Amino acid sequence: MRHLFRTSYQQDLRAWRHGGDVFWYGLLVVIVLAIPFILDEFYVGEMGGVFIYAIAGVGLMLLIGYTGLISLGHAAFLGIGAYVNSVLLSHGVPFLITLPVAGLFTAICGAAIGRPTLRMSGLYLAIATLSFGGIVGTVFQKWTAVTGGFDGFAVPTPYVFGISVEGATGVYYVSFVVLLFTLWLSINLLRSPIGRAMVAIRDSEVSAQSMGIHLAKYKTLAFAISAGITGLAGALFAHYVRFLAPDSFDVLLSVQFVTIVFVGGLGSLRGAILGAIFVRLLPQAIAIVRDDLPFGIGRLPGLEPSLFGLVLVLVILFQPGGMNGLWLKIKLWFETYPFMRQTSGRRQKSYARSERLR
Amino acid sequence: MEDAARLLQLVVNGAAAGCIYGLIALGFVLIYKATEMVNFAQGDIMMLGGFVAYSAITHFGLNYWLGGLVAIAITAAFGYALDFVILRRVIGQPQFAVVMLTLGLGFIFRAGAGIAWGYDSVGFDTPFTNKTVKIGSLVLGDDNLSIIAGTVILCLVLYLFFAKTRLGVAMQASSQNQLAAYYMGIPVRNVFSMIWAISAGVAAVAGILLSPVSMIDVNMGFLGIKAFAAAVIGGFGSIPGCLIGGVFVGIVEQLAGYYLPAGFQEVTSNIVLLGMLFIRPQGLFAERMGKRV
Amino acid sequence: MSALFAAKDISVRFGGIRAVDAVSFEVEQGEIFSIIGPNGAGKTTIFNLISRIYNTTEGELIFAGKDITHAPPHTIAGLGIARTFQNIELFANATLLQNLLIGRHRHSTVGYLSQIAFLPSTRRAEIKHREKVEEVIAFLDLQRYRDSLIANLPYGVRKVVELGRALCTEPKLLLLDEPSSGLNVEETEGMGFWIEDIKKDLGITVIMVEHDMALVSQVSDRVMALNYGKVLAMGTPHEVQTHPEVVRAYIGGDAEVEA
Repeated sequence: MRHLFRTSYQQDLRAWRHGGDVFWYGLLVVIVLAIPFILDEFYVGEMGGVFIYAIAGVGLMLLIGYTGLISLGHAAFLGIGAYVNSVLLSHGVPFLITLPVAGLFTAICGAAIGRPTLRMSGLYLAIATLSFGGIVGTVFQKWTAVTGGFDGFAVPTPYVFGISVEGATGVYYVSFVVLLFTLWLSINLLRSPIGRAMVAIRDSEVSAQSMGIHLAKYKTLAFAISAGITGLAGALFAHYVRFLAPDSFDVLLSVQFVTIVFVGGLGSLRGAILGAIFVRLLPQAIAIVRDDLPFGIGRLPGLEPSLFGLVLVLVILFQPGGMNGLWLKIKLWFETYPFMRQTSGRRQKSYARSERLR
Repeated sequence: MEDAARLLQLVVNGAAAGCIYGLIALGFVLIYKATEMVNFAQGDIMMLGGFVAYSAITHFGLNYWLGGLVAIAITAAFGYALDFVILRRVIGQPQFAVVMLTLGLGFIFRAGAGIAWGYDSVGFDTPFTNKTVKIGSLVLGDDNLSIIAGTVILCLVLYLFFAKTRLGVAMQASSQNQLAAYYMGIPVRNVFSMIWAISAGVAAVAGILLSPVSMIDVNMGFLGIKAFAAAVIGGFGSIPGCLIGGVFVGIVEQLAGYYLPAGFQEVTSNIVLLGMLFIRPQGLFAERMGKRV
Repeated sequence: MSALFAAKDISVRFGGIRAVDAVSFEVEQGEIFSIIGPNGAGKTTIFNLISRIYNTTEGELIFAGKDITHAPPHTIAGLGIARTFQNIELFANATLLQNLLIGRHRHSTVGYLSQIAFLPSTRRAEIKHREKVEEVIAFLDLQRYRDSLIANLPYGVRKVVELGRALCTEPKLLLLDEPSSGLNVEETEGMGFWIEDIKKDLGITVIMVEHDMALVSQVSDRVMALNYGKVLAMGTPHEVQTHPEVVRAYIGGDAEVEA
């Protein structure tokens, strides 16, 4: 079992904990970079999708998992990023500019929705963001002059330094780079005063205020950052699907994002990535095993959303720490072998904390 | 006279739709007042209730009234079981865990309904289908009127139940102060399960009343999202508030659909909801509460 | 006007109840001022008024010469007032270190972009904050709990962390709300010593709400007794504790025994 020997404050500030972390994550990066040379294009495409969902997942995790603000309308931000990126590209603006602009514009939209929702608590905030998502979805459908409405919007080819990054491989690499950037950004946030202010707001608004944290400012900032990151994911999403249909940014997609955060494990960046892997790969896994399932279950319509719902329910009931919680438990088992006991991971009994009196 | 007649038509249609929203919102509020949980699957329970009524009437040959009652009873029992088996276990988890849980349950309900009854819309014969009432030059559908009448009757029944019966008073007590209710000998957990049962029953009534106007299908539950507007207007705390909120949203929707350009009708409920949350978040009837530190 | 803090005729009403009724008092720089009174007397309410969680219905609050009666709650820390909470409002899902670092928030001067990119200026600032926090940790002997999640710490330790977090804001005025509640005899003694050290070594003025009379007598310079939102008595600990009105409020007097 490794004991971390800490000798300086700089060490605590580092993004990694010890050399082992650097080695393993470095290896992971190398493997990810090499995959398009090994695997078939279909799988590469799928993984690109996973990266995009992971970016959106990280964005939403910062909001829900770290600031404690729930949003059931994040698909709207994905859509805004997708359309801004695509519309600008269709006017000849280079991709290297449309991508950050999409992110920034979506961030501003996030701030705009964050500001009025400041005093809303969990439930009302969820409903308000749900409504906001619905309105934006309708705007996508009706504002045909810009979005093309139900005719769809064909996404132009993006070029990075003259190279087309349109295909599965291109999307894969660009998404991976953006994912790394997003993770770097998030890690920086979390070890600096902004991140601590977000955690403070999540855990106790009253004492956050008495520590000098301006609630309005930081809640709006959290919304802006979260929306901006999701907007980046949206811009990439446009190139992943290549053809934008306005009804793809609906409440079901928002629920998928929140599922990423939940099933992944609230309050952890690793959770966002694990959650994205789960949400993107579950449909694929079902498709693969569907014919082999007994009793003809595989041929039932509506299998996919029901399994989705079932996993959600089971995770909340039995593993509220999500996949990240599971990961940590498994790691602990290995690290403390053979001393792990059943009570090592037992949840503390908790009592309902009234949200009405936050 | 033509305009007034058309206006009245819109108002009646809107009020009917609004009653449905109000009934779904009522289900939300009953559970929320008691346990601070929000059942995002309330609309889907309405859908299940409607389908059960459909089966009872069409497959088992019961008449409308008996079939309806049976459906309400079965759905109420389902609601009780839902709390007993699943929802009780998540007490203590943060509020959005419950939101996610009920969203997940909604998925399961929709898939289950699709497997059991298929994905086509179905309907059944009611005493109100395709009948109308003529008042002057006005033609009002019996179906819409039945929704309004049914809602009013149900709310009266519920009001009497909560105010006058022992169980109803016990429910009120448990909603306001769990610990004190326990001390008074009220079996609070069972009472909460019964609140879930009533909530599910109300949803079933909504589904049955709605069926002559719009057929029953798997995605019917998405009306639940509009019902949030009704609940918010009512302040998530009062029964008459839900209804007033629901009728308000319903009427505004109809008026928007008629007088405003296309596309506005869909977003009406969302805009009303956001407007309410920005202007007066506690709704028209509830009070703001703060934390004692 | 040499007083560091002055409350002039402050009142607050909740519905029909006057929780605080025309209370006036002054606190001098460097003194320990205690507020005592039966439960429900309005003591914590006064703290909530000072830290601007509640709004006064009447009266003024003056701190270091500035009128803070209408100051927004998040500006209070920046002015130099810190408080602890009666029921411990720590950030339960964060570590002790993170809780204390949040206490440094009002000293944070780095811009957003610098933080997002974690530029060297942010890094330097973080190390400075960490050094300050470590001073507080050393002062309160919290070293071994540094990386524990608050949710895993025992109550007595959490109370100390609450104190430490307030100290990390480097306040001029410290509001302690029942610092010894829930602590055993030894822990209460320790708390008493820390409060004295805070006054002597750190030069911080303290206003304390307390029920433990021994602690009050040990550390306080002056005491104010409240009941039903009104001031009963003000003076040295001994004066207040023997004041007939105060005795009546706590124990009951012959006026209530009239048949």
